[in-house]
Amino acid sequence: MTLLDVQDLSVAFVRRGEAAVRAVDGVSFTVDAGQVVGLVGESGCGKSVTSLAIMGLLPRRGVELGGKAVFDGTDLFGLAPRDMRDVRGKDVAMIFQDPLSSLNPVIPIGLQVTEVLKRHRGMKGDAAGREAADLLDRVGIPDPKRRLKEYPHQLSGGMRQRALIAMAVACRPRLLIADEPTTALDVTIQAQILELLKDLVHEFGTALIMITHDLGVVAGMCDTVNVLYSGRIIETAARRPLFAAPLHPYTHGLLGSIPRLDALESEPLTPIRGSVRDALPWASGCAFQPRCDRPVEACVGAPPELDATFTGHEYRCVNPVRHSND
Amino acid sequence: MSKKTDKIDALAALSAQRSETGETLWKAAFKRLRGNPMAITGAIIIAIFLVVAVIGPFLVPYSPTATTWLGEVSESQALFPGPRAENWLGIDHQGRDEFSRMIVGAQQSLLVGVVATLFGLVFGALLGGIAGASAGLGGRIGVWIDSIIMRLMDMMLSIPGLLLAISIAAMIGQSVATVMIAVGTVQIPIFARLLRGSMIAQAQADYVLASTSLGIRKPRIVLSHIVPNSLAPVIVQVTLLLGIAIIEAAGLSYLGLGNADTTFPEWGVMLTDAQRYLSSAPRFAVFPAVAIIITALGFTLLGEALREALDPKLRR
Repeated sequence: MTLLDVQDLSVAFVRRGEAAVRAVDGVSFTVDAGQVVGLVGESGCGKSVTSLAIMGLLPRRGVELGGKAVFDGTDLFGLAPRDMRDVRGKDVAMIFQDPLSSLNPVIPIGLQVTEVLKRHRGMKGDAAGREAADLLDRVGIPDPKRRLKEYPHQLSGGMRQRALIAMAVACRPRLLIADEPTTALDVTIQAQILELLKDLVHEFGTALIMITHDLGVVAGMCDTVNVLYSGRIIETAARRPLFAAPLHPYTHGLLGSIPRLDALESEPLTPIRGSVRDALPWASGCAFQPRCDRPVEACVGAPPELDATFTGHEYRCVNPVRHSND
Repeated sequence: MSKKTDKIDALAALSAQRSETGETLWKAAFKRLRGNPMAITGAIIIAIFLVVAVIGPFLVPYSPTATTWLGEVSESQALFPGPRAENWLGIDHQGRDEFSRMIVGAQQSLLVGVVATLFGLVFGALLGGIAGASAGLGGRIGVWIDSIIMRLMDMMLSIPGLLLAISIAAMIGQSVATVMIAVGTVQIPIFARLLRGSMIAQAQADYVLASTSLGIRKPRIVLSHIVPNSLAPVIVQVTLLLGIAIIEAAGLSYLGLGNADTTFPEWGVMLTDAQRYLSSAPRFAVFPAVAIIITALGFTLLGEALREALDPKLRR
């Protein structure tokens, strides 16, 4: 069952006297109930803007929003701000990148957790306090009663992220968006947090949109993966086919640039040439073309359309990578 | 051996550092304040001033308004008995004990300074808070509200402080309350601008976005998230403005806009009285002037030190 259907989402930042900056350009994807969907891409490809747009958290002024985000039958973009506030935190919640700056530094953790419970579940006083302690316990924070009285800076990085996760899942949302939830954490803590997210998704039947630039995270968690480049989805596939046989040269390059334990020491890493800045506007051809190592004439002129194999593996490339077992 | 102790030292330093970060903002600031000689000097001056102003008037040896030694004073012969065993700071031009007058004057200065600053703080924070909340989160109407309030504040700021205070005092008439309101009114735009700016900066913080993403309503976000995080600079400003308020209050009294009862001791009034005797008895001017300067200095020192202690950019 489709829970969230994002159709042709586009976000442009406009400023008077300047050309509009198109951060997201016709992105479509679906999230089924209980499914983990990855949005992957490097900095500036539009993955965070996509999530903020779905949450309705982009500023009103200076932003042009197009397309639809249909959540359980209602278009979130069509909701009045008041109704959207009721959806946020209750049906759809978000986890942010930097747990320290995402918590209010001057009030105790407990107040921040109970605030959500009071807002959406109508809980009061002691009941809210007990539920908050249960939540902290559920996300693996030891001695939750004491922690509730502590301030964010008294918690470790991993515990802060756990507290934020507790706040996000406090009302059992049906969709959770995690925007690089492990970027600011140590590697060992990263694994624990991902494990926790996996457990919660499984336990509550929550769907999860995992936004990350870390392909390891994707490999460990996601059912389907959307790869973004310069504001458009360039490849969509289930996890296995994507890692086994990436069709888009960009995805192929990304996977090829990962250091491997079993590689020879003398073997250099194979990076992708250039940087995101070299992207062409999609209107004049494939945005990745200047960095691509398989360019053909058809890459320039018109933007490549999204194509699909018979197994449903979608790609936006006129000269996809061939794999011998295809 | 030495290598081992080095390691232990390093570990100790590390744990000390950790305990530093494991404190609330205010505790950490207090720790830094204790190590700052400027803050300690300021705090000692303020403490002495507070003790003198609060307890002093009950302990003064003589009534500050009794003209007990009038017979010993002679204006024509410029005869004013100076400091002596029974009158530590001498006798003033009307035969009153100067020491008792100075002490009771301290109480007046404290009262006027505190009430005036509170007045400025309450109204300034209210206006600045409304403007900041409207500008940060209020949409188009919010921008309007913010603009109207802040242009009004700009108008008040464009008039020199003392001039504004004098016009207000002249409007309401001569009394201690007038001085308090006049001095406090001058401070309103200062507090308003400070809180508004601080709130607008905080409205961009990640934790505001995070609570918005949890569906928390705007009034709640403003009150429980933005305001508490915006208060630090305001508190620093309170300390700094207390010193200025005492100077301005003395200035207004000096100009004759203060207490209608001119026999009542007040540092500013004492300065006015001293004018006529500047050549014959300069100490009449020196005592209140020095008292005003030192008190204001104390508040300024503590305020500056507090600002440094709370400024995240200056922290090592």
